Amino acid sequence: MTVESTAARTPRRSAGSKAGTTGTKRTRTTAKKDAGTEPQLVQLLTPEGKRVKNAEYDKYVAGITPEELRGLYRDMVLTRRFDAEATSLQRQGELGLWASLLGQEAAQIGSGRATREDDYVFPTYREHGVAWCRGVDPANLLGMFRGVNNGGWDPNSNNFQLYTIVIGSQTLHATGYAMGVAKDGADSAVIAYFGDGASSQGDVAESFTFSAVYNAPVVFFCQNNQWAISEPTEKQSRVPIYQRAQGFGFPGVRVDGNDVLGVLAVTRWALERARSGEGPTLVEAFTYRMGAHTTSDDPTRYRGDEERQAWEAKDPILRLRRYLEASNHADEGFFEELEAESEALGKRVREAVRAMPDPDHFAIFENAYADGHALVDEERAQFAAYQASFADEGGN
Amino acid sequence: MADKMALAKAINESLRRALESDPKVLIMGEDVGKLGGVFRVTDGLQKDFGESRVIDTPLAESGIVGTAIGLALRGYRPVVEIQFDGFVFPAYDQIVTQLAKMHARSLGKVKLPVVVRIPYGGGIGAVEHHSESPEALFAHVAGLKIVSPSNASDAYWMMQQAIQSDDPVIFFEPKRRYWDKGEVNAEAIPGPLHKAQVVREGTDLTLAAYGPMVKLCQEVADAAAEEGKNLEVLDLRSVSPLDFDSIQASVEKTRRLVVVHEAPVFFGSGAEIAARITERCFYHLEAPVLRVGGYHAPYPPARLEEEYLPNLDRVLDAVDRSLAY
Ligand SMILES: Cc1ncc(C[n+]2csc(CCOP(=O)(O)OP(=O)(O)O)c2C)c(N)n1
Repeated sequence: MTVESTAARTPRRSAGSKAGTTGTKRTRTTAKKDAGTEPQLVQLLTPEGKRVKNAEYDKYVAGITPEELRGLYRDMVLTRRFDAEATSLQRQGELGLWASLLGQEAAQIGSGRATREDDYVFPTYREHGVAWCRGVDPANLLGMFRGVNNGGWDPNSNNFQLYTIVIGSQTLHATGYAMGVAKDGADSAVIAYFGDGASSQGDVAESFTFSAVYNAPVVFFCQNNQWAISEPTEKQSRVPIYQRAQGFGFPGVRVDGNDVLGVLAVTRWALERARSGEGPTLVEAFTYRMGAHTTSDDPTRYRGDEERQAWEAKDPILRLRRYLEASNHADEGFFEELEAESEALGKRVREAVRAMPDPDHFAIFENAYADGHALVDEERAQFAAYQASFADEGGN
Repeated sequence: MADKMALAKAINESLRRALESDPKVLIMGEDVGKLGGVFRVTDGLQKDFGESRVIDTPLAESGIVGTAIGLALRGYRPVVEIQFDGFVFPAYDQIVTQLAKMHARSLGKVKLPVVVRIPYGGGIGAVEHHSESPEALFAHVAGLKIVSPSNASDAYWMMQQAIQSDDPVIFFEPKRRYWDKGEVNAEAIPGPLHKAQVVREGTDLTLAAYGPMVKLCQEVADAAAEEGKNLEVLDLRSVSPLDFDSIQASVEKTRRLVVVHEAPVFFGSGAEIAARITERCFYHLEAPVLRVGGYHAPYPPARLEEEYLPNLDRVLDAVDRSLAY
């Protein structure tokens, strides 16, 4: 692997908060962002696609082959294509809602590819790229957005939990699962995804507490995409999110979330810590939500275009492409084949969604209980009689 | 002078009036500022009243209600928004263990004039946690008042009254009716907050509902009228306290009662109404009190919600069953 030697950025792990109490006027009712510059972040690939050295994290991607790099690129391109297809399916009325990951591909593919088969993933509702890495059929992700189910895949077949819509809840499940892994003496790790907005939830703070106290093998992976619907990260936290970890007694690190190599390295480091009994880690992937929060959202009400344009220059896919090209790791044929593969994926997903049948009416009564319940049986029977009454009347 | 406006707009106007007339009134919640809330109910309020009166909060429902309690202890009158019904549960602890009980705990010394606004109910094709009707879970708790308007005028006036109340009020907003327009007369003298209203007079049977189901019951009454049945429709407006006197008066006239709500029937508000009305009107009733509502099942995915929610046919079916006794 070619390594351009540029001034390496030193990684910053959480040191004490500098947010002070000075100068806070009584009249001010909300905290201002700290005046200091943004903390540095771990970065192995610059937006221009230059490989930069990093003393601490290079070793986690040292053996990476050109083929693996092309694989990461392919993952990101296909994930973006899938996401774009889902967005247009929503516009065509095939999906009720879609939460796009546009811009967050590197954060998801880098971290997803860092997981091992026996690791366990607890996603929120936007982790389509992580699902891809775990081998979940992308079409399966669309059932809940189409409104035919509330999840729809078996979490244990890919160690990829169901999407969680209630913000932050899954961080506790991940912690508990990790506590179980440790009790079992297994060496797998657990990774929990959540957003910068979610970091404000009590559940997330409690998961930090539990994981620290029980030294649970869990990685908290916060995708800071800068926004929680209309609220910027400053409305959630006065210190950079990765610094929160310190107060709970475990390390936090901020990585360039648009740098797939950096994310891969940092997540591998954090997962290895977990596996080797060193406990939890908080990874903050600093990234950007390029589109709307969901297809129901209208970002023009709360943010300007300039911000998105600035982030477009840091596009995660473009950056890896530049690196692949500059280092002759991929030729034109690769990109062309991938283009064709993307189109085929889009088509497959579109067809799969359109073929997705509406659930049987009686599905309402299914699976509320594992052991059955007399009241449900009674209501199901009443429902059946009611349905049958139409058939009688209609004479069909 | 009466203006025609959507229910969501009526709440917006009501909040505006409250902010104007009492400097202690605050609006708090996720996205309530610049965005104006995901349903635009607080649209424009931050622009006109500033960030210290219309407060975008961190994403933390326990924090929203918990700090609202503290602000109320300090003399403010917070009106907090929970973005969707299914997201009230992180705040449920604060609502049930603190908001509801502090007045009693302080032997009446502490008043908590907090309004918790919750857009609730289904019928909008949403994903999980965006369509639930958890009112019974709150009604079971003493110390909370629970109301739900069904139309723009009530939305406007009940919000004014909820904010003026010295008790905590859980204000359930029928989200699928947000865009329904109705007359709002900002100079009217509203009736009491917890009084039910006969919205259609009838003699054969009483349909009792609140929030999103009132409109459905009016449609049912129209449909039944075509078959020569004369139904009375009662808009309960308040779930706690419940205006049993008005229900009783109606049932003594019609002798039949069907209660309609979106929430699951099992242990729902209809159960309470059926039990009390049976006690109060046993000798007047010609049929058992019937209930139409959701099943004992998780709120289903969007493509099944039409089967789950009470609809014209299901309510008419209950009407027929009642009349058949
Ligand atoms: C407990 C809870 N409250 C509110 C919501 C509504 N809601 C859905 S997503 C969202 C913003 C989440 O922002 P963030 O955690 O930063 O994640 P992002 O969507 O930006 O990836 C909100 C407020 C919810 N799903 N759950």
